[in-house]
Amino acid sequence: MASASGNSIPKRSLGGWALIAVPYFWLFLFFLAPFFIVFKISLSQVAIAIPPYFPTFDLGLGLDNLIEDLKEFSVENYLFLTEDDLYWKSYLSSVMIAGISTFITLLVGYPIAYGMARTPKKWRPTLLMLVILPFWTSFLIRVYAWIGILKNEGLLNQLLLALGVIDEPLVILNTNIAVYIGIVYSYLPFLVLPLYASLEKLDETLLEAAEDLGCPPWLAFWKITLPLSIPGMIAGCFLVFIPAVGEFVIPDLLGGSDTLMIGKTLWVEFFNNRDWPVSSAVAVILLLILVIPIVLFQNQQQKMSERDG
Amino acid sequence: MAKKPIGPVRRSFAPWDDPEAVPFIEFKNVTKRFGDFTAVDNLSLKIYEREFFALLGGSGCGKTTMMRMLAGFETPTEGEIFLDGQSLAGVPPYRRPVNMMFQSYALFPHMNVEANIAFGLKQDNMPKDQIADRVAEMLRMTKLETFAKRKPHQLSGGQRQRVALARSLAKRPKVLLLDEPLGALDRKLREETQFELMNLQEELKVTFLIVTHDQEEAMTVADRIAVMNSGKIVQVATPGEIYESPNSLFVADFIGDVNLIEAKVQERSATGTRLKAVHGDYVIDSGQETDASVGDTVWYAIRPEKVRMSVGEATAGTPNTANALVWDIAYLGDMSIFHNKIGDTSMRSTVANVARTVEQPISWDDKVTLSWDGDAGVILTG
Repeated sequence: MASASGNSIPKRSLGGWALIAVPYFWLFLFFLAPFFIVFKISLSQVAIAIPPYFPTFDLGLGLDNLIEDLKEFSVENYLFLTEDDLYWKSYLSSVMIAGISTFITLLVGYPIAYGMARTPKKWRPTLLMLVILPFWTSFLIRVYAWIGILKNEGLLNQLLLALGVIDEPLVILNTNIAVYIGIVYSYLPFLVLPLYASLEKLDETLLEAAEDLGCPPWLAFWKITLPLSIPGMIAGCFLVFIPAVGEFVIPDLLGGSDTLMIGKTLWVEFFNNRDWPVSSAVAVILLLILVIPIVLFQNQQQKMSERDG
Repeated sequence: MAKKPIGPVRRSFAPWDDPEAVPFIEFKNVTKRFGDFTAVDNLSLKIYEREFFALLGGSGCGKTTMMRMLAGFETPTEGEIFLDGQSLAGVPPYRRPVNMMFQSYALFPHMNVEANIAFGLKQDNMPKDQIADRVAEMLRMTKLETFAKRKPHQLSGGQRQRVALARSLAKRPKVLLLDEPLGALDRKLREETQFELMNLQEELKVTFLIVTHDQEEAMTVADRIAVMNSGKIVQVATPGEIYESPNSLFVADFIGDVNLIEAKVQERSATGTRLKAVHGDYVIDSGQETDASVGDTVWYAIRPEKVRMSVGEATAGTPNTANALVWDIAYLGDMSIFHNKIGDTSMRSTVANVARTVEQPISWDDKVTLSWDGDAGVILTG
């Protein structure tokens, strides 16, 4: 189909249309439709009812009723988000925690990916396997396991006490540090894999050429390897940052009462306060916050691919 | 130096014939093994300053390993390499006054042409204005001025090749290493670039070492060629000598087209050797002396263009003539290659097509006489 002449839109067969319709249908069903439901709820008002908001559209009551219902919509909930500083603090704190975690993940993940890419070819599949291996255990269980490691009488403190590094247990669990550890641990593979892919593609003769031109190997890393792995780093960082912003399980299990993350705020709003409209508004704003970096990333990717022809 | 030079030779430049000359690059009994495989086998070689030297051989003959050892990417298992009197043992690649043009060009994709060329100069902490001058000079030399700001992927293959060349020459290395530099170019561009390379070498007076599997390329550009086979050098000589007096069957067969005639030594005298062909009923009178004794089997190697053809049968017993039957003709435009049958062996001869409209007098299945001068071929014993 790509061989269509000139700039004209290639003609697609029915089968072709059906094929591309599948992902669009999927997106519609599992992203767009739920999003509109959430968006609709975010414009509603809280009520003591089931479901706990109104208006609820009942098509059985006729068109007039439907129009009446539409008039009940308001942006009140969004305005409320600006009034209480809990929300913007949660957003900001989430972005900060996700940002710092992503940076630490990059610092930890880069040497891992680099080491893998430099390993003799026959070992690489094994190493890749090891990176993916943690996924074979439930995410929740793995995060729970960190409680056992990080708590005051946990494995880490026992070890450090036994080694004589510390005199009294470190308080890690229920602090932001525990959240960082949890996020870095959980999302490390998402950073390592794309980064490994871009480092593995790197032509080693480029490094030889740099050395040949008078560049010692460590400097060649800075001048050649690092700049050429930027796309892999960006992809990896987004794959960590985006889910980390909305993370709920890790701050809930490992973080303390003062760990402010939007995922937790949303949970409290939804389940404890039973305020579906406000929590829906929180979710919509969160989505916007996440969509902006995705769009930026897409733009950057497109520029890259245009530049590389 | 009574030896008469063969082929076109820059007469003023032949340091290899001068016993006083000091080699610029010297491989001394160098061996390189990769596990069980011996890539370079106890090899010694002298290359002189300002020489354009070619390492020629098939894939896996060790020519690239030689070059990589000189650049410092491989360490010799045994032996030593000297450059300008200094041993290169233990000197890392980034400290060697040698630059390499890679077969894949290895241009840095994230830098534009200018930055690629300036890369090596920056490593030397050259002042900025001097770098700019040198880059401008290299751009001019390689006719890349208008492409200075382009990234490598925005260039054609030929332009990339020139960037790679400019980058490797920018530092004014003592030796420029060229690894199959023109392999990726099409034929026309390749021929053009070969001449550009020669001019550049003469202008810059830098020693060039080229690795290639393309004999035409080696013959075109090089002052001397080393023909390599399975880790050893078979012959080192000027292109003319390599072609006209190969020292072995391998070289004779590897370079150009050749008829290898199996023959027995019939007579040896002070003026030369008489050979009797094993297949076919003819004798060869050669002015060349040989170590082989009477009755030994030797090979007489003669290039197809040195075999003359005429219609009709030869006078029986005349040396250096043979009766043959035209079996096949390959018309190549500039010349025709005739495959002639002598008994059950064949001898090729070529005829230059000097006239445009004249019908060729010799055709398929014609009976012809092949003849050649006594010193047109060489006697080889192995």
